[in-house]
Amino acid sequence: MKKYTYTDKKDTRSGFGAGLTELGRKNPNVVALCADLTGSLKMDEFAEENPERFFQVGIAEANMMGLAAGLTIGGKIPFTGTFANFSTGRVYDQIRQSIAYSDKNVKICASHAGLTLGEDGATHQILEDIGLMKMLPGMTVINTCDFNQTKAATLAIAEHEGPVYLRFGRPKVPNFTPENQNFEIGKAIMLNEGKDVTIIATGHLVWEAIEAGEKLAEQGIEAEIINIHTIKPIDREAILTSAAKTGCVVTAEEHNFLGGLGESVARVLAEERPTPQEFIATQDTFGESGTPEQLMEKYGLNSDNIVKAALKAIERK
Amino acid sequence: MPDTQQLKDLTVQVRRDILRMVHAVNSGHPGGSLGCTEFFVAMYNEIMELKDEFHMDGKDEDVFILSNGHISPVFYSVLARRGYFPVEELKTFRKINSRLQGHPTTHEGLPGVRIASGSLGQGMSVALGIALGKKLNNDDHLVYSLHGDGELQEGQNWEAIMFAAGNKVDNIVATVDYNGQQIDGSTDNVLPLGDLKAKFESFGWDVMEIKEGNDLGAIIEGMKEAKSRTGKGKPVAVLLHTVMGNGVDFMMHTHAWHGKAPNDEQLATALEQNPETLGDY
Repeated sequence: MKKYTYTDKKDTRSGFGAGLTELGRKNPNVVALCADLTGSLKMDEFAEENPERFFQVGIAEANMMGLAAGLTIGGKIPFTGTFANFSTGRVYDQIRQSIAYSDKNVKICASHAGLTLGEDGATHQILEDIGLMKMLPGMTVINTCDFNQTKAATLAIAEHEGPVYLRFGRPKVPNFTPENQNFEIGKAIMLNEGKDVTIIATGHLVWEAIEAGEKLAEQGIEAEIINIHTIKPIDREAILTSAAKTGCVVTAEEHNFLGGLGESVARVLAEERPTPQEFIATQDTFGESGTPEQLMEKYGLNSDNIVKAALKAIERK
Repeated sequence: MPDTQQLKDLTVQVRRDILRMVHAVNSGHPGGSLGCTEFFVAMYNEIMELKDEFHMDGKDEDVFILSNGHISPVFYSVLARRGYFPVEELKTFRKINSRLQGHPTTHEGLPGVRIASGSLGQGMSVALGIALGKKLNNDDHLVYSLHGDGELQEGQNWEAIMFAAGNKVDNIVATVDYNGQQIDGSTDNVLPLGDLKAKFESFGWDVMEIKEGNDLGAIIEGMKEAKSRTGKGKPVAVLLHTVMGNGVDFMMHTHAWHGKAPNDEQLATALEQNPETLGDY
């Protein structure tokens, strides 16, 4: 098992903020809009440095999505910022008609996704957003795993023509991917090669997958671990190549099993290489208040659960 | 600039287009389209500064956003007759493989359309976004938008109306098709809009009314006045008093023709009242 280390824990939303600040300095067409959560989204620095290109829209997310769609028409590249819940479910029809169906180059940047938002509870912990967004034709869906990858993704989506949903979170998590990495949309990253089981993880579950790989290695099991930051378009080749090698798959995500990464992977496998698959995801439930660690444990989204799922997947081969 | 007779002829021809388009597919929205015919003719031929060819970015020209997308027949007819696409294409309206979808879209690449509309209440925000972009681009042209009165029941409008005044977006003229009708009946019966002028004014807009919203001269004079009020720190709203179904006697003053096509006999009667001027498609 390849060894992964980190020097510090950082929040993915700060990676977004750092990326946005850099974009503000190098791309004059980038504009940003925020619905009264500038501090939470770490957009302060962009706002201070580019007051004429930053739009505080107030608590009015529907209007924010429409403004962003309109801003693209004159050639701007708008980045919207609010919590994942208010970036998707609250404004689904605005995104559907004014952005996706209208082919507008809007970057919908969503923080506080999933259970790890923590104590605020289920009203704010959306676990359905990946499904909502991946169902929209033409929408790219990205869920990053740490600070460095989120920063790189933020820079990359500005260069991509078309609507993007970029999902990240609130808590500080191990920052283990390389600084100043090249982020390729739609290209999965091989973290560890193995022959016994494939673990395909996204977002905060990627680090848990690495820890699970170490635990499995102690039992003599070689896990192949894939960091799949882009859920749409999904990297079919990476999934199929690995499944062919290991013969079984575990998917891991901080999202409902309905509509998430697991279903996207299952479709690829069902079409081309039917393979036993176990799903680490929430089980069609809402979240609740608690610390991120407590919630991830209660809802079965940590490395121990990935280990159990891997053993089960291997048995089913 | 076309003279008044040319605009009148165009208005009658657009009415014929609307009626024939909805009749051909036995669907679509003639009422609101007929009510706004004079407005569209005036905007695209007298008021807006437009480039001859369509450019999605709308840079260095005025931009029009139709928020109440169901009145696509009048929009399509006026766009075609201004030369954005062949007039013959009007016969594909609402048919399979057409660029003229039931509600306007950008998806099929129809020149003249910059945003999909149909799901109501979204156009004001989009228009404001374009207006913000024009300011960033140092483009002093204007954004014009059209909204149904019933459409103002959608809450997103009021988010946008609040934003526009709060941010002094003064390069937009948002017009409300004030016909007092919606699908289920009069706006007063469905959900009263109250004092619309006072509502816009209390949100910080400069509001004017065009009482004769089906009179070409009144529209042109009114919209020129609206244009002159831009650039003064406030967004401008125009309450355009129109008659739904205008120009066809049995379609006027009722919501019955909001989303209903005429049958063969009704079409013949309606066309008799609007004799061919510039040539049918």
